[in-house]
Amino acid sequence: MPLSALKILTANHLRTGDVLYWQGTRWVETLAQANVFADDAAAETALAKSQKSVTANQVVTPYLFEVRQGKDGLQPIKEREIIRSLGPSVRTDTGKQAEHVQI
Amino acid sequence: MYRYDEFDSRFVAERVEQFRHQIARRLSGALTEDQFKPLRLMNGLYLQLHAYMLRVAIPYGTLAGRQLRKLAHIARKYDKGFGHFTTRTNIQFNWIKLVDVPDILAELAEVEMHCIQTSGNCIRNVTADHFAGAADDEIEDPRPLAEIIRQWSSLHPEFVFLARKFKIAVGASPHDRAALQYHDLAVEIVRDADGRVGYKVLAGGGMGRTPTIAQVMREFVEREDILSYLEAVLRVYNQDSRRDNLHKQRIKILVNAIGIEEMRARVAREFDEIKRAGSLQLPPEELARIAAYFAPPAFETLADDMPVGEIDFENWKKSNIHRHRTPGNAIATISLKAIGQIPGDASADQMEGLADLMDAFDLEEIRVSHEQNLVLPHVRQKDLPAIFARLKALDLATPNAGLISDIIACPGLDYCDLANARSIPVAQAIARRFADLERQHDIGELKLKISGCINACGHHHAGHIGILGVDKKGVEYYQLLLGGSGAEDAAIGQIMGPGFGAHEIADAVERVVNLYLKERTAGERFLDTYRRVGMEPFKYIAYQEQMNAAYNG
Repeated sequence: MPLSALKILTANHLRTGDVLYWQGTRWVETLAQANVFADDAAAETALAKSQKSVTANQVVTPYLFEVRQGKDGLQPIKEREIIRSLGPSVRTDTGKQAEHVQI
Repeated sequence: MYRYDEFDSRFVAERVEQFRHQIARRLSGALTEDQFKPLRLMNGLYLQLHAYMLRVAIPYGTLAGRQLRKLAHIARKYDKGFGHFTTRTNIQFNWIKLVDVPDILAELAEVEMHCIQTSGNCIRNVTADHFAGAADDEIEDPRPLAEIIRQWSSLHPEFVFLARKFKIAVGASPHDRAALQYHDLAVEIVRDADGRVGYKVLAGGGMGRTPTIAQVMREFVEREDILSYLEAVLRVYNQDSRRDNLHKQRIKILVNAIGIEEMRARVAREFDEIKRAGSLQLPPEELARIAAYFAPPAFETLADDMPVGEIDFENWKKSNIHRHRTPGNAIATISLKAIGQIPGDASADQMEGLADLMDAFDLEEIRVSHEQNLVLPHVRQKDLPAIFARLKALDLATPNAGLISDIIACPGLDYCDLANARSIPVAQAIARRFADLERQHDIGELKLKISGCINACGHHHAGHIGILGVDKKGVEYYQLLLGGSGAEDAAIGQIMGPGFGAHEIADAVERVVNLYLKERTAGERFLDTYRRVGMEPFKYIAYQEQMNAAYNG
């Protein structure tokens, strides 16, 4: 039986549009703080529960994305999520990468 | 320049307040995201990868100094100190907070600007030749008609919820600088055999998933009938286009499906009906009233006397200065493509510096081109050295207009929620590869355009060399297209074959360009050589490295 991919739950902050990650009890700004789901059922349950944050007008469009454990920690598999977690690759003075947050 | 009348001001002010309430209702939860999304899109507000993005309309690409100054202020106060000029001649701010949007819109309204209809399934910002009113080959300034179309199409009750977005452009020269044939609807100002001025109307062009060259709907429409005719085209499109399939909703699909003859017949029937009702005639006095706003500045009586300067200035003149219709004047293109920079981006300091320059040289307006550059349309030739020096101080004097490093690139995956691959780093790598100016001039006119997805905001289909970013199992690849053109010789670029990796694409482009240099005959542009020799030799050379790798194991 194939292993489930590691997953993280993300969304954007309604008021600011900022990228957010689900930490288990609250939304946080950095990937490093995010809760990592090792099995699909837990991930899907978290996604379903995140609708509460949507109806509470905190976040928009929550979804799951895949990550893998790299030598420097968790790394999103898709380029899109790498860029969301850091900021534009062509403007490293902007986005989370510029705020010196631990990603 | 056009100035808002009482109606325009009230309309925009009301719209700001309306959207302020809609945002408040969204934040309170009275509106869901599904309910709010079409409202925010109609006000040019997207949710992108990192933040909200606000797209500000710049009708027919024309800006006054005070408007540019306001854009600089917004970039500094509400964004991260820069903005991005787009191929629709709009400006986008990438780091906007939803809660700030009402105040930004109110600030824009102070200088007669807004974001209405810069997104959504409606008639988008009307574009025009960026040399309008200055080009020596135009029949008349296309902007009065573009402004009339803007007024007619703003919140037109019948066309607010079209099947898909709808883009209109106006040109007035045999040399098409507005990519007319790639528009849903285009108007070319022409003369008939008797020398009378009227309008040639084209429809069904577009880029995206199904690139299509527009076809002529009618060779000559009388001036007073133009709005009736455009309304007839829109009405047929609105009634007959498919709404059941996202990929088949543009007018180009309708025209292809029913054929141009049937499209013309349906439009002719609507046109007759609208004309009979007589409610949409364009009286000559109204056209004259609008045209008066676009009267050229009072040019001094000057002789052509182009200043001569140092090598930098001469290089800039060679590529960035174009002939003006009035002796002693010139058109100056300000490249937003400094080598290694982000195509189309301008900082708040640069925008403000340009507004200061406009004040200092008594320049009433500046233009945004669909090639993501800025244009000073009416510059005294004698002022060119001083203007060049000021542009240089602003890092805005790159002498590459129309050359290979003058690359159109969409924001791509660095910003855009729809993108599959990054565009900007590819543009930067290619610009660096061809940074040598002598080499660029030797290559000559070469339009290179890059999109990060099939939606084609970077106009890759219309590039002499086009590049399309694709996602292949999570990895960015780049397809190469050759032979496209957005000018009067419009053509759709042909895909060469399998995509190149991100680290391979600049090499492939260089091999293609080097082959052109080897194969060209006297006076041939890249596009001409491609048309003469075809895809095969370019394809062979472009994939040479891959073939070598395959043979050598």
